[in-house]
Amino acid sequence: MRTGLVVLISASLLMAGCSKTEEVKPDDEAGVGLEGGGPGGPKIGKYGAGGGAGKAYGGTGGAYGGSGGAYGAGSGSAGDPALNDPSSPLSKRVIYFGYDSSDVLPEYVSVVNAHAAYLASHPNVTVTLEGHCDERGSPEYNIALGEQRARSIANTMRFQGASDGQMQVVSFGEEKPADSGSGESSWSRNRRVEIVYPGN
Amino acid sequence: MSKAYPIARLIFFLTLLFSAPARAELQVQISQGVEGAIPVAVVPFANQDGLSDPVSKIVSADLQRSGRFRTLADNAMRERPVSPDQVQQAVWQALGQDFVVVGQILPGGGGYEADFHVVDVIRGTLVISYKLPFGRAETRQAAHRIADVIYKAITGEPGAFATRVAYVTVSGEGANRRYNLQVADTDGYNPQSVIASAEPIMSPAWSPDGTKIAYVSFESRTSAVYVQTLATGERRKVSDAPGINGAPAFSPDGSRLALTLSKGGNPDIYVMNLGSGSLNKITDYSGIDTEPNWSRDGRSIVFTSDRGGKPQLYLASASGGQAERLTYDGDYNARGVFSPDGRSLAMVHGKGGDYRIAVMDLASRAVRVLTSGPLDESPGFAPNGSMILYAARRGQLAAVSIDGKVRQSLRIEGGAVREPAWSP
Repeated sequence: MRTGLVVLISASLLMAGCSKTEEVKPDDEAGVGLEGGGPGGPKIGKYGAGGGAGKAYGGTGGAYGGSGGAYGAGSGSAGDPALNDPSSPLSKRVIYFGYDSSDVLPEYVSVVNAHAAYLASHPNVTVTLEGHCDERGSPEYNIALGEQRARSIANTMRFQGASDGQMQVVSFGEEKPADSGSGESSWSRNRRVEIVYPGN
Repeated sequence: MSKAYPIARLIFFLTLLFSAPARAELQVQISQGVEGAIPVAVVPFANQDGLSDPVSKIVSADLQRSGRFRTLADNAMRERPVSPDQVQQAVWQALGQDFVVVGQILPGGGGYEADFHVVDVIRGTLVISYKLPFGRAETRQAAHRIADVIYKAITGEPGAFATRVAYVTVSGEGANRRYNLQVADTDGYNPQSVIASAEPIMSPAWSPDGTKIAYVSFESRTSAVYVQTLATGERRKVSDAPGINGAPAFSPDGSRLALTLSKGGNPDIYVMNLGSGSLNKITDYSGIDTEPNWSRDGRSIVFTSDRGGKPQLYLASASGGQAERLTYDGDYNARGVFSPDGRSLAMVHGKGGDYRIAVMDLASRAVRVLTSGPLDESPGFAPNGSMILYAARRGQLAAVSIDGKVRQSLRIEGGAVREPAWSP
């Protein structure tokens, strides 16, 4: 039985490996592994700015709503080569975070700004910001933390010209790990916000 | 690709091997019992061969699994008494037994009647005689109720064998991931699927009468809270506000549901009147407030908040207002749940990078850590308060007695099991 389990696990890891989209790897462990993140760089407060944050959800019933396909709006962005050029920061869709933190780390600001600029210049495009956490701690607390991470990215993008109606926020907490392993190297890959463009 | 076929065949073979006899998906094992567990012999009941399951065997397994008892194997028994007058005290004393359970199955009105007796073979006294009628399809449930009667007769405390456990299984990876909310007997038998989805299912919570379960489902790619009636499968979407719809908890009278909503811009605790659907906001803080749990009298709600910089437990009136901070020890205290007697609070207690289950005595505020971690979460009390069921690392559940002495592990073949909730 043990052999069977090992086989199953390695088979699934292979599959997960194949379907990976390109990510911004946390390039230094110290930067993402510690609470609070690096010094000096621009930081968005943990709870973001108040005001219109709630409007990020819009009144349209959510990005996934409606019967016309999984993603109702924003079909204009489908297959945009600008989004998928590997040399463009727009091809980077995953932003990583420190432990129990929703602060945007300095090394990810340029990526977030690039997406904000793209949204600002493509007002018909919508994105979903999916917040995620590592497996440590309580599942429902992690849902809240994942949402704060996604809102933190939304707030940054809003300051850069993206509109609330273009960004849908959803948190999956610790429920959908990118890396099913345990330990800091897995955890650092799971504390993330994924910027999801429909059709890309 | 050439290697794929043998692997597929192997998996298929293993599936066959393990699916055929597995009536209990959840494997419940005692991993540590009480030193000085009470020796008890459950003699096979007369006339139980025609039943779907051997009643006395289930009773014996229940008592053994509780960790409070050490049961005697059938083949070690030198006599098979059916009634108390047939029990020869000296025979059982020689086998080192304190108690002997004897009984028989008789035809009854709706099907059968279990007629059983507990004999104290040290003192030579009859502890209890009991008649329990049960229907043809209720054999296992009847056996668990018999185990409850015996447990109470010997220990003085109510048993929790005839209750159920809800949990979420997770199998597959990536696009093949499946989430399944199930309910099973506490010995892992009779698993029933409540809801299955390719998207996460979270936070099952029982109604106080045990007939309904509230849970969070992401089946529409955003969170929503549902209340489902177990007997009929009928379910009602009670909340799908923008943002988080999470952490449902029934009030002790079942009329209200506390839950977490972030429609106001950040996660706050709300109380919903289930009859009218009206909402009352209990907390108002700009950071995280979540994981509400009701005090037994329904007057207060404990919840997790990071208003002090880190997640800690706070207590507020169920109608809102000022919250009192309860926890100071450790840098992470979350998911507070009241014990059935209302005197203590179980929680996830994080300290030095380890997450363990701890219990706080509410009168003294003293915190006792019960588990060894490193990644324990989702604690919940057994309805008799004797054990705490929780989720541990690597997708398995565990249970620990509130004195920390008895430990059980609950695993599932070929998948992870999370978010346990013990029924009332």
